[in-house]
Amino acid sequence: MASVTLSAVSKIYHGGVEAVRGVSFEVPDGSFCVLVGPSGCGKSTLLRMIAGLETITGGTVRIGERVVNDIEPADRDIAMVFQNYALYPHMSVYDNMAYGLRNRGTPKAEIEARVAEAARILAIEPFLDRRPRQLSGGQRQRVAMGRAIVRKPQVFLFDEPLSNLDAKLRVQMRVEIKRLQRSLGVTSVYVTHDQVEAMTLSDVLVVMNAGQVEQIGRPIDLYRKPATRFVAGFLGSPAMNFLPGTVVDARTVSIGGGTLRVAPGTGTAGPGTTVEVGIRPEDLRIAAPGEGLRVAVEFIEELGATQLVHGRLGDAPLTIQVATGEAPSGDAFEIAASPEALHLFDPATTARL
Amino acid sequence: MEKRATFSNRYLPYALLAPQILVTLIFFYWPAAQAIRQSFMLEDAFGLSSDFVWFENYVALFKDPSYYQTLWTTFVFSGSVAFLSLSVALLLAVMADAEIRGATAYRTFLIWPYAVAPAVAGVLWIFMLDPSLGMVARGLKSLGLDWNPRLNGTHALTQVVLASAWKQISYNFLFFLAGLQAIPRSVIEAAAIDGARAWRRFWTITLPLLSPTTFFLLVVNIVYAFFDTFGTIDTMTQGGPAKATETLVYKVYSDGRLGGDLGGSAAQSVILMIIVIGLTAVQFRFVERRVTY
Ligand SMILES: Nc1ncnc2c1ncn2[C@@H]1O[C@H](COP(=O)(O)OP(=O)(O)OP(=O)(O)O)[C@@H](O)[C@H]1O
Ligand SMILES: [Mg+2]
Repeated sequence: MASVTLSAVSKIYHGGVEAVRGVSFEVPDGSFCVLVGPSGCGKSTLLRMIAGLETITGGTVRIGERVVNDIEPADRDIAMVFQNYALYPHMSVYDNMAYGLRNRGTPKAEIEARVAEAARILAIEPFLDRRPRQLSGGQRQRVAMGRAIVRKPQVFLFDEPLSNLDAKLRVQMRVEIKRLQRSLGVTSVYVTHDQVEAMTLSDVLVVMNAGQVEQIGRPIDLYRKPATRFVAGFLGSPAMNFLPGTVVDARTVSIGGGTLRVAPGTGTAGPGTTVEVGIRPEDLRIAAPGEGLRVAVEFIEELGATQLVHGRLGDAPLTIQVATGEAPSGDAFEIAASPEALHLFDPATTARL
Repeated sequence: MEKRATFSNRYLPYALLAPQILVTLIFFYWPAAQAIRQSFMLEDAFGLSSDFVWFENYVALFKDPSYYQTLWTTFVFSGSVAFLSLSVALLLAVMADAEIRGATAYRTFLIWPYAVAPAVAGVLWIFMLDPSLGMVARGLKSLGLDWNPRLNGTHALTQVVLASAWKQISYNFLFFLAGLQAIPRSVIEAAAIDGARAWRRFWTITLPLLSPTTFFLLVVNIVYAFFDTFGTIDTMTQGGPAKATETLVYKVYSDGRLGGDLGGSAAQSVILMIIVIGLTAVQFRFVERRVTY
């Protein structure tokens, strides 16, 4: 096993696209790191640089103690699971898994033992003689995983491995990947644009935007204390509400005619400063008339266990998540939030105050 | 899935097919039938009368050692042309694929030789390889090799192989390039991560995945070398020296047209027809069985 360390890594493609700009972070040995961000933010590019499939324009990538910038993918001792699985179409499932071991001159008996072991773990024993085209998407996914684990590499790399599966299978495979990574203890870097996958899988979560890192940390810390407006809006579903507000004093902001209390210790600004106030839909509650901020109801979405009430506070759109049956019946109601639930952001820099 | 078109008038489909069927009948079936009929006939020396002689023409053919000589020449010729044009085309396609995934200007450039008529290709190569005029010939001579395709049969065969293979390279190149570009990049990348270097990747991934293309091209190239190289041979060597470059097709021409042996020549044509039908059948069977993975 080994850690993965990136120092000021950047990538400029032919034609001048700056896909990654000065990214630095460390994935500790044995931990699960998820790179998440919107489409085109450079996640795959970063992963492919770790794999050795893209040249590194600037900075260094280390696997363990070794700088791997100029080392071929074959010699980096990594395994990768691709979005389209990239199985070898002309080989049986067995040969797909054995290929990497044969390339490294592993003895035949050991290849058989390792492939059998991986097939058992992933429950693909019945398919070992089949070609990839004779498998379902979920089975192919397992073979791709099998091909990665038989090698016992230093690092696993995943590029959106679940995005071609249906919703149910995706949840199931997500749990399996987590379990597998825990039991094998292999350092992993996983790319996704699905924030649920990101939150659930990661020990270390890296949120990227436009080629740069927005925030790194434990997923729950990012969720509780997002460092930028971008991170705040990206993590959490339904997404955080953002309301224009004005600082009244160190403990109070005014929003759309009413006021909300801010917890002590929340960063704030001088009185009269405009700020953006972020509140998650699940942190809002319905207040008694005359006690909160007035919201006009637009429509209600039923999610089963909960309901999403979509409305407007002044001009700003707003979503509130309540337990089923608690949604207000009229076309307007009032809301309140506990002081701890408020996140204040500087509208100019988008940084947390 | 079966697609069926429906016509309101039931004679319309026949009317639409008629011209094509007519052309096939007049220009293929009729001459073919003529050839088969002719192959059972023996003409007298003046071409005034002919007798039905059953399989005598075929028997004579298979007793003639020069026919086996030609058969052998044809195999050597076709094998060399197919091997040379396939391997050079594959090499070029791999290099092009690595450099430019999807650029078309380069492809257009490489297709040019294919548009050159066989006779022109022959002349072009004559200019390069002619013992007194050609620059390649002079180069070879300065290296101490007495290059003389007019007298040396091996040299002559080499010459027609080069010219014929050269003409086919661009065609093969296009198919190989298309085949290479159809291989998902991630499959090659997965192999690289799996510890395979470039050379090993080529042998264990690229080449097997190209095998449907390669097989298709192999048959096409053999058919080409058998039947489409007449013009090239005729301009360069006329089958000589001493029949060293005489292929089956050229022999049909030289025996029938120049030698006046119409029956024997027709019998040879019929054998060629059977070969072409055989190759096509192999091709179809294979294509139906597995083209895609
Ligand atoms: N081979 C390439 N040549 C030029 N530009 C590229 C190349 N590959 C990616 N890019 C550009 O680099 C940027 C980052 O691409 P990348 O594939 O890393 O995004 P991503 O975060 O993985 O997105 P997605 O979630 O859609 O997969 C994009 O603007 C993309 O257009
Ligand atoms: Mg991507």
